[in-house]
Amino acid sequence: MKTAFKIKDVNGYYGESHALKDVNFEIGAKTVTAIIGPSGCGKSTFIRCLNRMNDLVPSFRLTGEMLHNGTDIYQKGRDIIEIRRKIGMVFQKPNPFPKSIYENVAYGLRIHGIKNKSTLDDVVEKSLKKAALWKDVKDRLKESALMLSGGQQQRLCIARAIATEPEVILFDEPCSALDPISTSKIEDLFSELKNEYTVIIVTHSMQQAARVSDFTGFFMMGELIEFDETKKIFTTPSNKLTEDYITGRFG
Amino acid sequence: MANKTNINVLWDKIFKVSGLIVTLLGLVVLAVLLIDIFSEGFSRLSWDFITHYPSRHPERAGILSSLVGTIWVMAITAALAIPIGVMAAIYLEEYAKKSWLTNLIEINIANLAGVPSVIYGLLGLGVFVNFLALERSIIAGGATLALLALPIIIMSTREALRAVPPSIREASLALGASRWQTVSTMVLPAAIPGILTGVILSLSRAIGETAPLIVVGALTYIPFLPESPITGEFPFISLAGLKDPFSVLPIQIFNWVSRPQHGFIVNAAAAIIVLLTITFMMNAVAVWLRHKYQKKIRW
Repeated sequence: MKTAFKIKDVNGYYGESHALKDVNFEIGAKTVTAIIGPSGCGKSTFIRCLNRMNDLVPSFRLTGEMLHNGTDIYQKGRDIIEIRRKIGMVFQKPNPFPKSIYENVAYGLRIHGIKNKSTLDDVVEKSLKKAALWKDVKDRLKESALMLSGGQQQRLCIARAIATEPEVILFDEPCSALDPISTSKIEDLFSELKNEYTVIIVTHSMQQAARVSDFTGFFMMGELIEFDETKKIFTTPSNKLTEDYITGRFG
Repeated sequence: MANKTNINVLWDKIFKVSGLIVTLLGLVVLAVLLIDIFSEGFSRLSWDFITHYPSRHPERAGILSSLVGTIWVMAITAALAIPIGVMAAIYLEEYAKKSWLTNLIEINIANLAGVPSVIYGLLGLGVFVNFLALERSIIAGGATLALLALPIIIMSTREALRAVPPSIREASLALGASRWQTVSTMVLPAAIPGILTGVILSLSRAIGETAPLIVVGALTYIPFLPESPITGEFPFISLAGLKDPFSVLPIQIFNWVSRPQHGFIVNAAAAIIVLLTITFMMNAVAVWLRHKYQKKIRW
C-alpha cells in the first residue's frame, strides 16, 4: 500500500494551549481513514492541518513534519493554493456558495483559469455523478444551490471538492448536520470515492467509523492513542482507553 | 409570587406606552417640520426657481448654481470616498492580522465618525485649500466631505463583510482560491447590499452638510456655473470645473434664512424641499438596491 501522508512528531498549539501532542502515524493512499475521539480531542485540528486550513487561525502554530507524497506540507515557501487543490475538504455544515448548482461545482475550475464551456460542462456532470447527485439536479443546474436539501447540499459540496481533481478529500464531520437517510447516502459514497481518492473522515459517530473506514485513529486530549485497522480497533483494541471509548464508557 | 408577576406586567405596560409616546413624539416633530416647510415653500417651486441664479430680488432668485454645485461636490465625494472606504474596509476585515495596530485603527475610525463636521472643515481648509493649494474649489469641498463620509463607509462596509458567513470563505479557500479570488467572487457580491446602504446613508449625510463647506470657503452668492464636464472637443470630458468656486444647497438655504425679507424665507423653504427630495430619492435608491440584491442571496 502506498503512503499518502506521513505524520512525524507533530505538535499543534492555539496560543498557549497544546492541541496536538507528538502525533506520529501514516495514512495509506486510496483508503478510508476515520479519526474518532471525544469532543475537543484535537481530531478537527488534526484534519484541518492536512490542507493548512488552520493557517486561518492567527494563533495557531505547528511543529514537526506532515509529509504528503514525501514533501512537507508546512515546508517554507510551499504553495498553499497547490496544496489545497490537491487536498480537498468537505466541512461539517454544508456550505454551498449562494450561486447556481452549476457554478458551485465549476467554481474550483474557474478560479484556476479554466473557461472552456465544454470542459466545464463535462467536469460538472462527472463530479455530480461521482457525488451521486446528478440524477437529482440534472434538470435544474441553473437553480440556486441554496434551494437543495441539507443532504443534497452536502453532496454538492463533495462534488465541488471532486471537481478540482484532488488526490485527497478531507471530511470534517460531514454528516453531523444531516438526517439518517442523507447520512447513509453519503456513507455509501465513501467506498466508491476510495477507488480514486484518499479519504480521511473526522467523525463523532463510532458506528460510522466502523461502517465506512479501513483504518481508524483514536485521539484523546490531543494525543493519538491508537491507530490501526478499523476491524482491530473495534474488536480487539490494544489500548485500554480505546476500549473504554468504543464501548461507550466515556465520551 | 403573584404580586411579582403583576408588577412585571405593569412594568411591561408602562414601557410599552412610554415607548409609543416617544416614538410618536419624533414623528410628530418631523411632521410639523415638513408641513411648515411645505406650506411655506411649495408655491415657490417652479422650473424657473431651479434654473435661475441667485439674485437680490427674492422673486427672481433661483438655486441653479447651488444645485449644480451640490451635484458636483457629491460626485467628487462619492468618487473619492467609496473606493477608498470600501478598499480600506476590505483590507481591515479580510487581510489585516488582528493586532494592537488594527485595534487602534478600528477605535479611531469609530471615533472619527463622531467628530463634529466643522472639524473636518478645518482639516479640509488646512490640507486641501492651503497646503495642497486647491483653493476654494469644488475639489477641495468634495475631498473634505469625502473625509467626513469615509468613517461611516468603512464601518458599514466592515459590518456588511462580517455578515458574510465565514464558512463561505473557508469553502472557497479550501478549493485553492486565493484571498483576492475569495473576496472578489464570493464575499463582496454577498456584502453588496450592506455596503450600498452604508454608502448611500453616508452620502445623504454629506449632502446636507453646511459647516465644513463654509469653513472650506464655499461661496454664498455665485452667479455662474463651474466649467461643464462635457466639452465639444476631444476627449469630450473636462475636469477643469473642479477648480472652480462653488456653492451648495445647504449654504444657499443658510444664506437665505439669514436675510430679513420674507421672500427669501419662502425661497429657503422651497430649496429645503428640493434638498429633501434629493435625500429622499437617494434613500429610496438604497432601499431598492438592497431589496434587489438581497433577493438573489439567501443563506
